[in-house]
Amino acid sequence: MIRSRRDIVPYLFLVIPVIIYIVWVIGPMFYTFYLSLTDWDGLTTPNFIGLKNYVKLFDDKVFYISMANNLKWLLAFITIPVVFGLGLAMVLNVAIPGEKFFKMSFYMPMVLAMVVSGLIWGWMFHPSGGLINNFLVWTGLVEKGPGWLSDRDLVLWSIIGVAIWRQIGYVMVLYLAGLKSINPQLLEAAHVDGANQWNTFWKILLPLLTPVTIIVLVISVIDSLRAFDLVSVMTRGGPAHASSVLANFMYIEAFNNYKMGYGASIAVMLFFLSLIFIFVYLRRVMQDEMEY
Amino acid sequence: METAKAYFKSPWRVLIYLALVVATFLWLVPMLTGLVTSIRTFNDILYNGFISWPKEVTLENFKTAWERGGLSHYLPNSFIITLPSLALTLFLSSLGAYSLARFKFKGNNLIFFTFVGGMLLPFQVLMLPVFKLTDWLGLYDTYWGLIFFHTAFQLGFCTFMLRNYMRTVPGEILEAARIDGCGEIRIWWQIMLPLTLPAIAAIATLEFTWIFNDYLWAIVLLRSDKLKPITAGLATLQGQYVTDWPVIVAGALIGTLPTLLVFLFLQRYFIEGLTLGSTK
Repeated sequence: MIRSRRDIVPYLFLVIPVIIYIVWVIGPMFYTFYLSLTDWDGLTTPNFIGLKNYVKLFDDKVFYISMANNLKWLLAFITIPVVFGLGLAMVLNVAIPGEKFFKMSFYMPMVLAMVVSGLIWGWMFHPSGGLINNFLVWTGLVEKGPGWLSDRDLVLWSIIGVAIWRQIGYVMVLYLAGLKSINPQLLEAAHVDGANQWNTFWKILLPLLTPVTIIVLVISVIDSLRAFDLVSVMTRGGPAHASSVLANFMYIEAFNNYKMGYGASIAVMLFFLSLIFIFVYLRRVMQDEMEY
Repeated sequence: METAKAYFKSPWRVLIYLALVVATFLWLVPMLTGLVTSIRTFNDILYNGFISWPKEVTLENFKTAWERGGLSHYLPNSFIITLPSLALTLFLSSLGAYSLARFKFKGNNLIFFTFVGGMLLPFQVLMLPVFKLTDWLGLYDTYWGLIFFHTAFQLGFCTFMLRNYMRTVPGEILEAARIDGCGEIRIWWQIMLPLTLPAIAAIATLEFTWIFNDYLWAIVLLRSDKLKPITAGLATLQGQYVTDWPVIVAGALIGTLPTLLVFLFLQRYFIEGLTLGSTK
């Protein structure tokens, strides 16, 4: 009797959190699949229409633009912030005068709401009044600066630039923690054995940092698929969908055009894109469990 | 001084240092631009160019954003939404995490990995069903609709982090309490929670900024202007004062003040929170 009472204890602790998580997160995840097969408009009862939304989606130019933009975002995110974040972490890992100030400056963008960053950068990008074009004209390099957010070829990269400004600090924090956990004697030994800094970095440091790199890459991918706030505040996906990303495309279809069923089919695509990377992360966590 | 002397022992380091100073300056430029813009008038900037000495310095933009721009009610709304969400998600996740960390039972790993997997979802995937659910519960366009969602979604991250931390607490302490006849609820509350406080502080700091800075869920689950938090409010402000950038930027600066203060005073916890999960 007492034994069985003890067995139930762990479930009692979990019951409320698990129910809430199922109702608000896990259930909705599956419900999105169902909604994507309906013509729901947000008001009336959804009618089942089979794969019609998907047929339409695969014929929608904006879908391909948004997907391509998400992929460009992803590629930029898994390269530039990773390289610079690691570089900064290496530089700031040794005692350096003004260390605290440097670190704080790079952390700071992380704390700002994306909306705030989007607004302030939107102003910096302003074609005539903004700092960037004013500076370009002031240097005499150009007579008139480009339309950072109105030029179709530039707009996406301008926004990604802002996202990178924010992301580098995050990557740096993770690598700094990784570097701290490396036994300095290993590097010492390499030095004694006559390895130069270049070799030490590639053959010892980088392999030791692999676990951190995996986390950094997964987080970068997930963050690039979550991209929404900056686009929404800075351009709403324009001009002519040039800066549209999936999340933004979905929001507009669902809440501005009342095509919620259609929006759900976009969500499903987003889900499958992220699934691979979620599994990579889960496998990594599971490996930790094995070692435990 | 000592660090300086030790650091600049090679000429390479001087170069690296210079590059670092330049990069840091570039990183701060947006904030500096924001500060300078917010105390100038738009006409002054337009006529004299941004790179010019301000003709006059004014705090009028902050006043406009605060009073007519509605920030005086957007900002309190942010706290009304963030603080209960934060308290609820920490409370519930510490319950669940205790169970996952310290008990062997059927389904432990499944539940744990469900929390971790959910934490990584691009949350837009949940947007439409959660909108429907909230509406069905009669919570659409209320603070509670938003609070419930934040509480639920952040459970993933908080449970993950707290569970891993609680595993590091030595088992003898808990065993001793059990032998003394202490109930599990009391062990959780009087022994586990106090020992987990460093992790809770770190996670709370991080979660505060995340929930406070949320924009997407605020515009999906709220409609009334009087309920909007600062992020959604700033987007509205932008629509209202389309061309008056100093007012928009002043508003953005006010909106970032709470998280900036939290960061400045609790930086250590913030950074610890970010790195809790990445290294062991």
